[in-house]
Amino acid sequence: MSASLLKTEQLNVSVEGKHILYDVDMTIREGETHVLMGPNGAGKSTLGYTLMGGPRYHVDSGRILLEGRDITESPADQRARDGLFLSFQEPLEVPGLSLQDFLRSALEQRTGKRLRFTDFYKKLKAAMEVLHLDPSYSVRDLNVGFSGGEKKKIEILQLLLFQPKLAILDETDSGLDVDAVRLVSDGVRAYQKDHKGALLIITHSTRILESLHVDQTHVMVEGHMVADGDGSMVDEINENGYESYVERAIREGAVRS
Amino acid sequence: MREKSQVEEVGRSLYDFRKEEKDAYRVGAGLTPAIVEQISREKKDPPWMTLFRLQSLQIYDSMSMPDWGPSIEGLDMDHIVTYVRPNTKMSAKWSEVPEDIKDTFERLGIPQAERKSLAGVGAQYDSELVYHNLQEEVAAQGVIYTDLESAMHGPYAKMIQSHFMKLVPPSDHKFAALHGAVWSGGSFVYVPPHVSVTIPLQSYFRLNAPGAGQFEHTLIIVDEGADLHFIEGCSAPKYNVANLHAGCVELFVGKNAHLRYSTIENWSKNMYNLNTKRALVEEGGTMEWVSGSFGSHVSYLYPMTILKGRKARMEFTGITFAGKGQDLDTGAKVVHSAPETSSYINTKSISKDGGASTFRSSLVIQEGAEHSKAAVSCQSLMLDDISRSDTIPAMDIRTGDADVGHEARIGRISDDAVFYLMSRGISEEDARAMIVSGFADNVSKELPLEYAVEMNNLIRLEMKGSIG
Repeated sequence: MSASLLKTEQLNVSVEGKHILYDVDMTIREGETHVLMGPNGAGKSTLGYTLMGGPRYHVDSGRILLEGRDITESPADQRARDGLFLSFQEPLEVPGLSLQDFLRSALEQRTGKRLRFTDFYKKLKAAMEVLHLDPSYSVRDLNVGFSGGEKKKIEILQLLLFQPKLAILDETDSGLDVDAVRLVSDGVRAYQKDHKGALLIITHSTRILESLHVDQTHVMVEGHMVADGDGSMVDEINENGYESYVERAIREGAVRS
Repeated sequence: MREKSQVEEVGRSLYDFRKEEKDAYRVGAGLTPAIVEQISREKKDPPWMTLFRLQSLQIYDSMSMPDWGPSIEGLDMDHIVTYVRPNTKMSAKWSEVPEDIKDTFERLGIPQAERKSLAGVGAQYDSELVYHNLQEEVAAQGVIYTDLESAMHGPYAKMIQSHFMKLVPPSDHKFAALHGAVWSGGSFVYVPPHVSVTIPLQSYFRLNAPGAGQFEHTLIIVDEGADLHFIEGCSAPKYNVANLHAGCVELFVGKNAHLRYSTIENWSKNMYNLNTKRALVEEGGTMEWVSGSFGSHVSYLYPMTILKGRKARMEFTGITFAGKGQDLDTGAKVVHSAPETSSYINTKSISKDGGASTFRSSLVIQEGAEHSKAAVSCQSLMLDDISRSDTIPAMDIRTGDADVGHEARIGRISDDAVFYLMSRGISEEDARAMIVSGFADNVSKELPLEYAVEMNNLIRLEMKGSIG
């Protein structure tokens, strides 16, 4: 078994004083693909933002370990440089900052080295081709005026360029049409295959998972991890929904009815 | 708690340096008719100009200080040396410019600009034009670009007399009167009919002596169907004595002519910048202003455009960045006095560390200016809770069919956007700087590349240490 990449230990998280996550334990090893499922409002995205160091997410107790190091208090940019990546559910728009200037600055800060524009542009073009993104997008302002699907593709474009150790995809497949889902899946597969990158896929649908091998599935209900399983659990949930998990959680007293 | 980087003070060392004074000549500190006459003699003014200066001084004495806008109580005119002449004569060759002055210019990047084959560089050191160069091909087109003093004695003497301070009369306000009395240095540009100057003309102004005011006068006449881009770049070293800048810019845009006037002002943080700029646009002419205000302690700056002829138009793009201890009152004015004229004022302002930025605009559409169009848009970005941003738009519309739009927005940097950029490995300081630069992007896009780079550098410099 390969080494632990990301580990949470009894993580309790609150947002604006409201307790959201309860004693979350999770371990993701190098190159593994995990899926986090659960009904709306279960706290799945909260976990994603907490792992990335979102400013509104307060860790009340517990730890986050990345390759054995405690990153619970690290700022987001440090976590990113340490190999974490979060694909936002709603990527932010930055008027006046072109996509290519943003990507190049980010790459330079991640490596601490200057990147020649021609070298950068070669990489960028190759990654854009995977996602069928028109090269003209590179000079447009970051996410400004992009459709929902385009924004998600830009997230995956960053995934391909930054080559993180662990990518958290927060509802990356939601709001996408069939073609866009296929392209996003292609991008994610390229990341898995070329960079041996690990994934934590937060979703409540299964479309993005169809072409991916899943190592482990987690089910979250009202901020509690209530079940873990292998890849087949995705199909099972797909068929039967979350009801049995919610009932079980209530029965076991983990969740209020 | 999370560790955050903190930088004590903005590193302005690149811009804050000064040379030991070696002034050949200096007038007394106060302002009297004798001093004005002395200046006039030294400048070898024609008689009309001596008279003009003395009349201006009378007007200055009779007018009161402005009772609106940011406080200028820190100004003590009795202790401002109004005129300092550096130890050098007009020079057309770089090799003849004294070393210490050259050093200052080099740090300002003038030779680089020169190498980039810009049309002409007139650089002002203290109150005198010391270095002047106009590319031969531009001169061959009949374009005049020279210092105003010598032009008053040349073939354009009459033209100067009939235009000088006609747009900004000394009676306009107290500091216009002061300017009329003690003005010194500056540029004169004349572009003959139907001549297109394809490369921008540039001029650098710089204050160096403690307590010295700078009163340069820029007079530009773009004749019928001609085209010019003029760039004025300013920066000044930092001093503890209050400094005053009361320059004056008068722009005449002829029939179907086009003038773009770009400025980046980066005065040191003790400067009182009370500058007056005005343009008169004839039929079918176009005036474009691009204005970046970064430095100074206090600024009053509202470039004004008078759309005199039918279908005259103007566009103003401006940005103001007010940091700690700065009170920058900037904006634009426009008067539509002919039919089918149009104007567009688009400004951005940024305030941080307790800085105050006020946008003031005045839009007048006079009777008879039918079918005129005007739009005013201002956006403000406040980087913290202790800074101020105000918007004071005034409109006076005297026609029934004017098409007028106004938009004002005040915002903050979104924490989510900062987190988004940080989650990509960008430091918090850089993330904020990128968002602010993006906010200013529509202004930098209007500037020639090297100025856009300088403006972005200034923004980065100003953003340093903004994370507490």
